[in-house]
Amino acid sequence: MMKIGLDIGSTTIKCAVLDDNNKLIYKTYERHYSQITEKIADILENIRCKVKGAENAYFAMSGSAGMGVAEKCGIDFVQEVYATRVAANTFIDNADVIIELGGEDAKILFLTGGMDVRMNGSCAGGTGAFIDQMAMLLNVPIEEINELAKKCEKTYTIASRCGVFAKSDIQPLLNQGARKEDIAKSIFMAVVNQTVAGLAQGREIAGKIVYLGGPLTFLPELRKSFDEVLKTEGICPDDSLYYVSMGAALCADERINFDEVISKVKAYRGSGNFAFNNPLFQNEKELAEFKARHAKAKVETGELKGYKGKAYIGIDAGSTTLKATVVSEDKKILFSQYQSNSGNPVPIVKEILEKIYEINPDINIVSSAVTGYGEEIIKNAFGVDIGVVETIAHLTAAKSFMPDVEFIIDIGGQDIKCFKIHNGAIDNIFLNEACSSGCGSFLQTFANTLGYSVEEFSELGLLAKQPVDLGSRCTVFMNSSVKQAQKDGATIEDISAGLSISVVKNALYKVIRVSSASELGSRIVVQGGTFLNDAVLRVFEKETGREVVRPNISGLMGAYGAALYAMDISRGEGESTIIKRDALEGFFHRIAMTNCGLCSNNCRLTVNTFSDGRKYIAGNRCERPVTKRMPDESFNIYDYKRNLLDSYEPKSGSRGKIGIPMGLNMFELFPFWYTFFTQLGFEVVRSPYSTRKLYLGGQHTIPSDTVCFPAKLMHGHIQWLIDNGIKNIFYPCMSYNFDEHKGDNHYNCPVVAYYPEVVRANVRDIQKVNFFCEYLGIDRRKDFPYKMYEHLLKYFDGIEIKEVKAAARAAYDEYETYLSKIRAYGDDIIKRAESEGKKIFVLSGRPYHADPETNHGIDRLIAGFNVAIISEDIVSCKVDKFPTTVLNQWTYHSRLYSAAKYVSTRPNMNLVQLVSFGCGVDAITTDEVRGILEKNGKIYTQIKIDEITNLGAVKIRIRSLLATIQQNDSKN
Amino acid sequence: MAKLVYDKNGRLIFTKEMKKEYTILLPMMAKIHFSIIRNVFTHYGYKNVLLEDDGPEIAQVGLKYVHNDTCYPAILVIGQFIHALQSGKYDINKTALMITQTGGGCRASNYIHLLRKALVKAGFENVPVISLNLSGLEKNSGFSITIPMIRRFLAGLVYGDALMLFNNQTKAYEVNKGESDALVQMWIDKLSQEMSKGDGFSGSQLEKNLDKIAADFAEIKLNKVDKIKVGIVGEIYVKYSSLGNNNLEKFLLEQGCEVNVPGIMGFALFKIDNRLEDYKLYGGSKLKFNVLSEAMKYLTKMESYIINSAKNHGFLPPSSYAHTKELIKGMIGYGNKMGEGWLLTAEMAELIESGYENIVCTQPFGCLPNHICAKGMISSLKRKYENANIFPVDYDPGAPRVNQENRIKLMLAVAKEKMKSDKQVSKVEDKLPVAK
Repeated sequence: MMKIGLDIGSTTIKCAVLDDNNKLIYKTYERHYSQITEKIADILENIRCKVKGAENAYFAMSGSAGMGVAEKCGIDFVQEVYATRVAANTFIDNADVIIELGGEDAKILFLTGGMDVRMNGSCAGGTGAFIDQMAMLLNVPIEEINELAKKCEKTYTIASRCGVFAKSDIQPLLNQGARKEDIAKSIFMAVVNQTVAGLAQGREIAGKIVYLGGPLTFLPELRKSFDEVLKTEGICPDDSLYYVSMGAALCADERINFDEVISKVKAYRGSGNFAFNNPLFQNEKELAEFKARHAKAKVETGELKGYKGKAYIGIDAGSTTLKATVVSEDKKILFSQYQSNSGNPVPIVKEILEKIYEINPDINIVSSAVTGYGEEIIKNAFGVDIGVVETIAHLTAAKSFMPDVEFIIDIGGQDIKCFKIHNGAIDNIFLNEACSSGCGSFLQTFANTLGYSVEEFSELGLLAKQPVDLGSRCTVFMNSSVKQAQKDGATIEDISAGLSISVVKNALYKVIRVSSASELGSRIVVQGGTFLNDAVLRVFEKETGREVVRPNISGLMGAYGAALYAMDISRGEGESTIIKRDALEGFFHRIAMTNCGLCSNNCRLTVNTFSDGRKYIAGNRCERPVTKRMPDESFNIYDYKRNLLDSYEPKSGSRGKIGIPMGLNMFELFPFWYTFFTQLGFEVVRSPYSTRKLYLGGQHTIPSDTVCFPAKLMHGHIQWLIDNGIKNIFYPCMSYNFDEHKGDNHYNCPVVAYYPEVVRANVRDIQKVNFFCEYLGIDRRKDFPYKMYEHLLKYFDGIEIKEVKAAARAAYDEYETYLSKIRAYGDDIIKRAESEGKKIFVLSGRPYHADPETNHGIDRLIAGFNVAIISEDIVSCKVDKFPTTVLNQWTYHSRLYSAAKYVSTRPNMNLVQLVSFGCGVDAITTDEVRGILEKNGKIYTQIKIDEITNLGAVKIRIRSLLATIQQNDSKN
Repeated sequence: MAKLVYDKNGRLIFTKEMKKEYTILLPMMAKIHFSIIRNVFTHYGYKNVLLEDDGPEIAQVGLKYVHNDTCYPAILVIGQFIHALQSGKYDINKTALMITQTGGGCRASNYIHLLRKALVKAGFENVPVISLNLSGLEKNSGFSITIPMIRRFLAGLVYGDALMLFNNQTKAYEVNKGESDALVQMWIDKLSQEMSKGDGFSGSQLEKNLDKIAADFAEIKLNKVDKIKVGIVGEIYVKYSSLGNNNLEKFLLEQGCEVNVPGIMGFALFKIDNRLEDYKLYGGSKLKFNVLSEAMKYLTKMESYIINSAKNHGFLPPSSYAHTKELIKGMIGYGNKMGEGWLLTAEMAELIESGYENIVCTQPFGCLPNHICAKGMISSLKRKYENANIFPVDYDPGAPRVNQENRIKLMLAVAKEKMKSDKQVSKVEDKLPVAK
């Protein structure tokens, strides 16, 4: 009997027809551009015409996007992973594991040794859609990524959790001149890591491996990357695209009635019940008034050709676009350009400069400035006079439109920047971290997938009747919501308007976190490329209830501001250092890769060399490869902490070795446990500080891919200890930490408290060792030795209670000593900084954020700005317990509140909070810390850290903060 | 009108005067349970309304006033409150809110503070919030919890658990559609009447009522066909709240499953037991230990009423707390107490043991304790019970329903296949895949 199977994926429809012998006799594969029902009808018509005997066939449907249609039209539906499995069991002999990547899904099926199926949950990172996005970012067709990857020489670490993260990793690499070939391969490696870490969940991928699905079929290099990581050679069978549809066909047990199915599918219009918002405009008239009002905010333009006066050049090398302006001495724009940076801004700036010289060969450039992601490379490449941090550039531009501006919001390709202005100085900065769902590239991506240009697409939304309510969340979730809305009958217009609403809601409620418009003040300037979109502008005005100013050069504000800034700084005097016309002709740019090797970070450096011999080094986390000098460690408490911890060296003992994983709470408690076990006669070996390599060593045993990065690192630490032959590993569960009497309770957070349980259940090799993960209460000093003694007896012979008591006493003493040493050194830093007039940053987080891989060298990066760095525990002890507006119940977190309180009283101190992505507890602490600081007129700065952190964004933050502090200081 | 009184930290107090004038809004979680328990408040003279509003706007309101990275239950509970206050249905000068607070190490203990922050943002800073807790966390002159009151709450939980249990065992098989639900409603009404008068909570009353309830449900005519048996466990709010889990029970019923949701009594026992375990693990006051042991005995007695009534009328009784606890000995420590802690793992084990091998493990996206006791323990459970078919499903305002349902359908496909192969054990499989 003949069987028909359809697989309705997120982007494509696959169809398979099998004959009596399960031979594939007809197949199609096409993109559906969300026109699902039409395509299904087409395909079925075709089968009816082209396949003989089809009228008696059995029929079933599968695929995530087909569920609703199938249900409503009464078509037999087979879950797609299940279908894959059925097909694999039929067509492939002895397969052990199937890895299937689709448009938005990633799946691993374990067929042998305990059947198991895994599919990605709420996160679609590392799937086809992700690779598509990356191709777009590299500005190459998707197939070419494969070709590029073949020629790779080295790989970079790129976060694959989500396209957004990856973008912020790739963009700086491109801007720093990294090769596309290397990035292409790195993208594939990121996909592999995401799949392995996210789906294997502790299970080993081994045996005969089968690759299925679009990306793995079309991209042999991706398969190769999987092979490399899994140390195997997987197969990609014929018809690997059709396994789901073939599986559906195999499961089909209802005969098809073509007429009925086709007419039902055609009639399917979805429920029509999608949540929607009010239209953006009631009618055309309202729209016309709106357009007229905004046409007024305008900068005058002038003629560059023949201009004889003083000229200023401003360049904004943004994340996805490059903007340049030439401004006259009366602030007219003589020349402007706005274009995609195609991944490498250097040749584009060269062209622009050539063009400017061409139009006006005698131009008198007095000064120039560059801002944005590519600031440093452009400044070095072309001898631009000034580098200016983006926030200041934008403020400068905004003031020229509205001198008394109170709030600026700039939404660009992947950044949202907002700042409040108080008395003409930046008072508070909000940047989007970790999430770009409120940004322009998000609209762009959607427009493109639906087959529109972004301009057309957003125009469509203006007069939509029922803008879809898509909520304010991540792009990836949004994809599925859009699909759902389409199925429920939303039009393209509704979706376009809905997306614009989401952009604004994300910006307002996720990034700025406003609850009412009055918080923004009444004088608002909006800018950035995304606001050129009238729909976004309209939503912003509606949502805030304010009429705002959008300069006609909304997309050019950074570049215009930079030019004005150059004008300000130069005071109209002198001659610019920017490259001259003749030098430009011979301009070239060479890129070489090297490893720094000057410290244990061993950063991958990109060395850019330019025609005049000028060099620009990128990829470094500190200034050492540039200045060849040791960074000054004496003002960095984090360095001191690490050095101090290093001083606890293993001492051989009669009871053998015991290993301690150096992460989470064990980081700060190490001196305690070190002393305890050394006293008992153990040789205490700790795992080293984390590295990428150490992390990857344990990655495959992580069961929950959304847990915080510091917790994930523990798997690597445990694995390291096991791999290094440690037979006893000590990692206790601890509901409670020490009570420092600063809060209402002294808990550890749930992850810190119980992570040993996860290790015990998921790190397979743990069975090979004696793993101590009992529940201990070190906060109860009197009870502790007795309880600990009972536990120790279970693991070790011949330990006496007397010894345990003595060891405990020594441990408590040493912990105190350790803390007081740190505090003393911290106080010393404060004193020295104050006498030298240095700013002091209280870099706050958890004790384990001192780990260099966890904080990605942020401490050293900040120290590079000539700032003294202390941590929260240095000052938290200087404050008495005080009431907070949250339940203050975690020991480590109490320190944050106390530190914020202390910083509030010190004019030369500022607090920067490090927050781990996925840390649920910090959703509470960040608001509270911010509240305490702002109540006292301090600026709150937050830096999100994860597996991978974009240090470029961190730099912007820190520079903006410093610029603001400077402004405030000069005002006072 | 009642005067606004603040404590020394500036917290608005619910005063005696307010007790007379104010209506207390109660958030919805488990519908059956809460519909019964609210009557305890009525009995003690607190005017109250149980919020039944749902729909997507609840989450939207929540997102507007609560930090978006906070757990989904907080967004929903707070969203529901503010949505109600904004609806105009209540005089905001005569309305108070009540929220539970366990005082555990999970961020749920902070909901009340997040709620207060949200109220300030939304302009309702004059609406007092009452903390319902047994840890002595916040005191209010106009609201006090007494032992008799607690006994009545517990009775409410027992009734709720029993109704949920019997309902789940009949609903999937009832011949006359809607009969089970109607019976649940009938009993909610009847018990509400008793409880608002202060009755129905003593041991003998409980036993009598539960016996009647079980007898009533046993009367329902069933068509016992083979159905996929699915257990639901998870973070307490998304586990029970249809608003939180996108009507999970209804979806599973529509897919032809029988559903089993372990009761809330287990959680109550767990919370008391935690303190006993803490004493055993870390030391502490022996006196407290003895008092709590007595409480434990009382609750165990209450639990036995449900078990007995089920047994006596041919229903599958839930395992006792003690047995459930025993099941995961050595798998996860009893000191793991934040959130649902080891109980969540144990409930999965108990379900598997009772024939509910297919489990949807619900949690808010990024729920901290569940990284450990849910997702972290699945591999251990599978090692112990090789037929376990457990799927974690994340809930959050952005997680689309399609994806959740797709995952659940995968679980069901695996379950169906298992059911088929169990039936044809002896037959040699040809093209159908069978787990090796």
